[in-house]
Amino acid sequence: MNSRISRRRFVAGAAAASLLAGCDSYPVKSFLRAMKDWNANFEAAIFSPARLAPEPPESAVTPEAAFPEYFISDEAPEVPPNWFLTVGGLVDRPGRFTLAQLQAMPPIAMRVRHHCVEGWSAVASWRGLRVSDLAKVVGLKPGVRYVEFRSFDSGYWSSWDLASAMHPQTLLAWGMNGHPLTTGHGAPLRVYSAVKLGYKMCKYLAEVNFLAEKTGGYWEDQGYDWFAGV
Amino acid sequence: MAGSGLRILIAYPYLGPRGALYRWYPLQGVAPPSWLTIGGWLGGGRQWHFAIAWFFVLNGLVYLAYLAGSGEWRWRTFNPARDAAPAVAQFLHYARLRKASPPADFYNGLQRLAYTSIIVIAAVMTLSGLAIYKPVQFHFLTILFGGYDGARVVHLAGLALIALFVATHLVLAALHPREILAMVTGGKRE
Repeated sequence: MNSRISRRRFVAGAAAASLLAGCDSYPVKSFLRAMKDWNANFEAAIFSPARLAPEPPESAVTPEAAFPEYFISDEAPEVPPNWFLTVGGLVDRPGRFTLAQLQAMPPIAMRVRHHCVEGWSAVASWRGLRVSDLAKVVGLKPGVRYVEFRSFDSGYWSSWDLASAMHPQTLLAWGMNGHPLTTGHGAPLRVYSAVKLGYKMCKYLAEVNFLAEKTGGYWEDQGYDWFAGV
Repeated sequence: MAGSGLRILIAYPYLGPRGALYRWYPLQGVAPPSWLTIGGWLGGGRQWHFAIAWFFVLNGLVYLAYLAGSGEWRWRTFNPARDAAPAVAQFLHYARLRKASPPADFYNGLQRLAYTSIIVIAAVMTLSGLAIYKPVQFHFLTILFGGYDGARVVHLAGLALIALFVATHLVLAALHPREILAMVTGGKRE
């Protein structure tokens, strides 16, 4: 075959294809959705449940005033009186936990880099209990594949794959940089993980549910990637 | 890739981590204009970026396989022993410091340097992109680029170099309009 003709044909074909593709057209939207699903599978495939994020040196810790606070309510949500964490879903022993009860479980401390979807990073140290330790306390039933975190911040929530939630660096944190969480950073309890983007780490935690189905999330339902691993 | 990448940059148009922005970067806080971007918002930009990235890589792999398999790399890629001196001479000619254009065969030395550099830049863009995309899972890459924020610097610098390459290419092509047809059709081959 004459290579000159084949290249000409290719260029003509590519030009015709790009004419067909308007930006908000149905083919483009379904292409983006298909690639999003493909990427979610890719992210899950490359996620290693054992790989630990490295701990940056203490000198890398971000000054707290420069560490962004984020909530969707108009003002930082205040801790409701008599706060407790509700743990439910497909578990043997669903229950309510006070902060004191959670703090009686083996605490973990870690200093890791935060990766925000916007592109910034920051470093802080966190103290809390592993989600995997909480799972042991309540006992997961077979069929649990997802974990849903719900907040008292105007209903903000996020659902996770079980493997990322069970990662040793995924905590329910009550402490930051050696002091209790401040209102701006999600007091009294928040999800903190080294293996997810910031918007997955639900603050102002109210509920943890171990589920068989995924339930999306506040940002995920608006178009951010659901897996959002780092 | 560039349009959606710039859309993502708008969300945090800074280099360096929070509280420790890089002082040497002159464009801190300067967001790219939205007419240069695609995706409409951060989530849309990310969807485009991570969708097209696969085709960018696939395209590059097909190109490299063809270059290697066909033997065309011999006269298309930069070989310092053969091309370094002609590349300098060509540059001096373009800069009006040398009257005669050095003799060239298929490509001149400067073309070979440019077309080989852009392959290297594309590879660096892919690797630094992966380092930003999965800084924990691909931690070895992230270390290679000096950490997450270092990888963002490399990724943006790579975009600037690609933009320079494209602009130079377009200007030179516009100055030699007869070559445009040859670029598309493959041209005459002796």
